[in-house]
Amino acid sequence: MNRFAIALAATVSIVAASVAPARAQAPTTLLNVSYDIARELYAEINTAFIKHWKAKTGQDITVNQSHNGSSRQARSILEGLEADVVTFNQVTDVQVLYDKGKLIPKDWATRLPNNSSPYYSLPAFLVRAGNPKGIKDWGDLVKPGVQVIFPNPKTSGNARYTYLAAYAYAKHTFNDEAKADAFIKQLFANVPVFDTGGRAATTTFVERGTGDVLITFEAETSSIRDLSGKDAGGKDKFEVVVPPTSLLAEFPVTVVDKYADKHGTRALATAYLEFLYSPEGQAIELKGYNRVADQAVMAKNKDKFPDVKLYRVEEEFGGWDKLNAEHLNAGAKLDLLFGGK
Amino acid sequence: MRRSVIPGFGLALGITFLYLGAIVLLPLCALILKASDVGLAQFWGIMSSPRTLSALRVTVTMALAATAFNAVYGLLLAWVLARYEFPGKRLLDALVDVPFALPTAVAGLALTALFSKNGWFGAPLDALGLQVAYTPLGIAIAMAFTSIPFVVRTVQPVIEDLGSDVEEAGRSLGANDFQILWRVIFPAIFPAFLAGCSLSFARSLGEFGAVIFIAGNQPMKTEIVALLTFIRLEEYNYEAAAAIAVVMLLMAFTMLIITNAVQAWHLRYLGRGDA
Repeated sequence: MNRFAIALAATVSIVAASVAPARAQAPTTLLNVSYDIARELYAEINTAFIKHWKAKTGQDITVNQSHNGSSRQARSILEGLEADVVTFNQVTDVQVLYDKGKLIPKDWATRLPNNSSPYYSLPAFLVRAGNPKGIKDWGDLVKPGVQVIFPNPKTSGNARYTYLAAYAYAKHTFNDEAKADAFIKQLFANVPVFDTGGRAATTTFVERGTGDVLITFEAETSSIRDLSGKDAGGKDKFEVVVPPTSLLAEFPVTVVDKYADKHGTRALATAYLEFLYSPEGQAIELKGYNRVADQAVMAKNKDKFPDVKLYRVEEEFGGWDKLNAEHLNAGAKLDLLFGGK
Repeated sequence: MRRSVIPGFGLALGITFLYLGAIVLLPLCALILKASDVGLAQFWGIMSSPRTLSALRVTVTMALAATAFNAVYGLLLAWVLARYEFPGKRLLDALVDVPFALPTAVAGLALTALFSKNGWFGAPLDALGLQVAYTPLGIAIAMAFTSIPFVVRTVQPVIEDLGSDVEEAGRSLGANDFQILWRVIFPAIFPAFLAGCSLSFARSLGEFGAVIFIAGNQPMKTEIVALLTFIRLEEYNYEAAAAIAVVMLLMAFTMLIITNAVQAWHLRYLGRGDA
């Protein structure tokens, strides 16, 4: 019995020790919960922000980052992950923090400029060197024998934009719902693999050599092209093709009020998000091939970003609520086109 | 009251029950509770939708294929490990456990790298016109990889226990090799073999990490049930996810009950042999 008492005491003290530091969280630590392919971007932002904050206040801070599929991250927060700020790639994943958790106010999107989206991007194509299948526009993706790679639109916000951009293209091209639906079905039929996230799809395309075209955010396509290096002939292994039309993809950010207040980090969290809009922040985002909110900066980088007609969710799909009901919710159009209910 | 051989039996039993209850039973109850929000009609709607049925069909068929492969190859492996001495045997013995120790996502990544079109195995197979990665075959391979230790590790000790005296007795009674294998050895190891296979099958049904990397994850074609559950969660559709999860839980339970029944039968069989 005595030995048991000792064991019990030991267990209790171990448990107590492991619980204690979590409660005494210093207000100089910020947790940014973000989407899958933004690891490098926020690593750079964080370094710059920590320096900026030190210069401004003399305080040393730590910014922790967590990356995964945007919807999964939102769910983790709803289930108790105490994020101070979120930087997502989908409005719906931020909105759900209000809808299901009341962790943020209803008007979160108006708290920062540009719909609370410091930078934006659009679905674009990455093709193999020389573009052997001649892919220039959305219409080329449904040709027989073209293998298209993008992640599962049911598990990846990135791929949901691809679906929406393709749908907007089809809507304007055919002016006929049935034909647009058939176009999307054909597009899905040309996809041999649906990975669960953007990075996995990149691996499938780049490392596994599967597919003729990868569809992901323009920011990602350009980075992959740069990172993949040259082939034996000294040419880039991949080429970026920006289609003539695409969908504006916002990258909404917000303070998670409930947890920021609990941690006492609201001021820090707000400053962090505002930093994303500062010239320094915008420069880093731009370096990662994101198009940024500051139009003057954009005008100076015209060569980097080809002109493209961008459809907006509000105009094309009547806003996110309508879009969710008609396209994205369980049993809605995406489900039907993606493979039965 | 008879004193137990192990001191502190009451306490040990108490801790065991508490632990199992809190760690295993409670989450399962929570899951079932979550699913009980779903009405019977809705539950039926979720389970009978073509997408769910297709995922179930793919998962069960490929798990069966993986189990069939493991049944043959696992038995052979167990036999070799139990009956022969050869250099490198200990290494081989340790290798069998690798799928247990390896994170399944790592297994999935490695298998996909090997079997994709430009992989070591994938390239020659592709030249023969056989695509493995991103097809149902890839799913079966991932399942077979992660569940083979179950067959080996349940059969191996039984073969080791099986003395050579029974074989010699059979031989002295005039049985040939095949008869000895079929009528003497196989009946003795059969219950363990069956238990190993059903464990392997149950594991294959539930495998997620290894499979999603190598499966194409195409709805109606290469989508497994575990991924569908995951997808429903991504849609914040907790009810559908819970409903599907409960069905998977029931399948796993059924397999475990079968395994236990087979093992109980085996013990009785052994008991009769001793008497």
